[in-house]
Amino acid sequence: MSNPSIDTHPLEAEATTEPLLVVDNLHVEFTTRQGLVRAVNGVSYTVNAGESLAVLGESGSGKSVTAQAIMGILDMPPARIPKGEVRFRGTDMLKLSDQARSQIRGQRIAMIFQDALSALNPVFTVGWQISEMFRVHRGMSKRDGMRKAVELMDRVRIPAAKNRVNDYPHQFSGGMRQRIMIAMSIALDPEVLIADEPTTALDVTVQAQIMDLLAELQRESNMGLILITHDLGVVADVADKIAVMYAGRIVEHAPVHDLYKTPAHPYSKGLLDSIPRVDMKGQELYAIKGLPPNLLDMPSGCAFHPRCPYRRDNCVTDVPPLYEISGTRGSACHYYREVLDGTLG
Amino acid sequence: MGRYVIRRLLQAIPVLLGTTFLIFAIVYALPGDPLQALAGEKRVDPVFAAALREQFHLNDPLIVRYGYYVRDILSGNFGTTFRGLPVSTIFEGKFQVTFQLAITALIFEAIIGIGLGLWAALRRGKWEDKGILAVTLLMVSIPTLVSGFVLQLVLGVQLKRNTGIDFFPVAGIQDGLRSYLLPGFVLAMLSIAYLTRLTRTSLMETLRADYVRTAIAKGMPRRRVLGRHALRNSLIPLVTYLGADLGTLMGGAVITETIFNLPGIGQQLFQSVYLRENSVVVGIVTVLVLIYIVANLVVDLLYAVLDPRIRYE
Repeated sequence: MSNPSIDTHPLEAEATTEPLLVVDNLHVEFTTRQGLVRAVNGVSYTVNAGESLAVLGESGSGKSVTAQAIMGILDMPPARIPKGEVRFRGTDMLKLSDQARSQIRGQRIAMIFQDALSALNPVFTVGWQISEMFRVHRGMSKRDGMRKAVELMDRVRIPAAKNRVNDYPHQFSGGMRQRIMIAMSIALDPEVLIADEPTTALDVTVQAQIMDLLAELQRESNMGLILITHDLGVVADVADKIAVMYAGRIVEHAPVHDLYKTPAHPYSKGLLDSIPRVDMKGQELYAIKGLPPNLLDMPSGCAFHPRCPYRRDNCVTDVPPLYEISGTRGSACHYYREVLDGTLG
Repeated sequence: MGRYVIRRLLQAIPVLLGTTFLIFAIVYALPGDPLQALAGEKRVDPVFAAALREQFHLNDPLIVRYGYYVRDILSGNFGTTFRGLPVSTIFEGKFQVTFQLAITALIFEAIIGIGLGLWAALRRGKWEDKGILAVTLLMVSIPTLVSGFVLQLVLGVQLKRNTGIDFFPVAGIQDGLRSYLLPGFVLAMLSIAYLTRLTRTSLMETLRADYVRTAIAKGMPRRRVLGRHALRNSLIPLVTYLGADLGTLMGGAVITETIFNLPGIGQQLFQSVYLRENSVVVGIVTVLVLIYIVANLVVDLLYAVLDPRIRYE
């Protein structure tokens, strides 16, 4: 490997109280037949109660792997976490025992997956699967658990919840299935909710409904929300801040409106430019050239340099650190000032 | 559901006709004269032979003879042997022996096969897994003829001689259920190996499923994730295999019954083919096909119980 990993600064090191969830310089690697894959290389981000963070990136950028490391649902081996911390309310969860970990998992930090059809067990009723949370974690009886399941299904606005509680996942539409998944994840009022591409498998109108539901549930219960997506379009209304990932690193993080207005990394700029817009009708849609890098054979210097329209000589040789632009913004581009000013290229 | 069962049973009729006709055609196509087989080396009296030929419609074309046979079967009559015995008296008690043997084998198969398979899947890549795979490969490679005699000698004869206790009777059915243990295991060996591998693959696949990851993310204890969320799903293909295997075990008991001298249908089938008792052969096959069809129907119905996505209308 030609690029040494660079320690990035913890995003909010000087904050007086520790945020709800802190991912600090996290590294995840996978042993494969082809060699060691460094899927996550020093990712740091924080989420506070009531705050939502959107983690943006292409497939393979390490955004889901980071989330799975937070949940502790990575298959280890082949995965390994050689470095880094995931602190939840100040304790590093990576150092906890399996048992202590499973007390947090599902109860205090919950997760929603991309494809609800495959993420729900096909052979149990949705009521059974939701009420399992109450039966196993709260020791409730079957009947009480089912009553709670109906309440939750009402809360995520599934019509006629009472009649549908004994239906199986395949009997629901895609949007309703994702609502079931959400109901299950918020069952025990978690403090952090991780949504891993919750709307990718759904059609556009349903996507908007699910995002609204997530935003509403978050407001009601003051959860910290980590929204993982590759779709810039869905995050604008929901997220407070954005972290853009590329090849296992965060290349830019910023409050959502700052990033939309003035991206500070060529990759974020490329992503924004590739959103279809009505006023650009008839013109060719911008696309970032090239493909995401092969994690087994990472480019030298800045991992984005082979695709970057603004590449300079030192981009090929020097790995950019995550430059601090302001207290809340950072960019891993040597020329972030020029990108911000629009004077590059 | 009821309509589905009826439809399936109606579908069984052409299957039954087709298979019985095939076997009927095959046994009568065998070279040699069945009447000569009665007499061995001696010459058969032509007048007597002609009378028997008339009685058994042996001069009629095959299709006509088959028609007589089906007519008899429908009136519950399996016919008579060339020696004049009703075929049904020959069947007496024999299907019971074979069925008991097959069920014993099936129980061995389910317990050992699924058990080893689950163990291998959970210890994937470790030495337990590799050991189990090697053992199953060995079991597949050894023919029943060899494993049967070896186990009969080692676990039956020698164990009894060395300990003085008759753990596993080596022949006959005088010891009741215990008589079926050793032959049952021998009969099951091949299926155990297949089922072990099938279970291993099935569970490994299920463990990779998204809903298992969901169960872990829900904070479910490992035992619950395996026992409730993964197991139920990985059982579905195994039930299919077990059901279909009941038929195979009943039909495949010929060698085992001969080695352990069990008076079952397999041994009878072997003798009847040898003696050219065609009506017995066809009768046995007909019943076996029937059992096969019913076992498959039960499997399909069980399927719907295990997997709610499957519904029969």
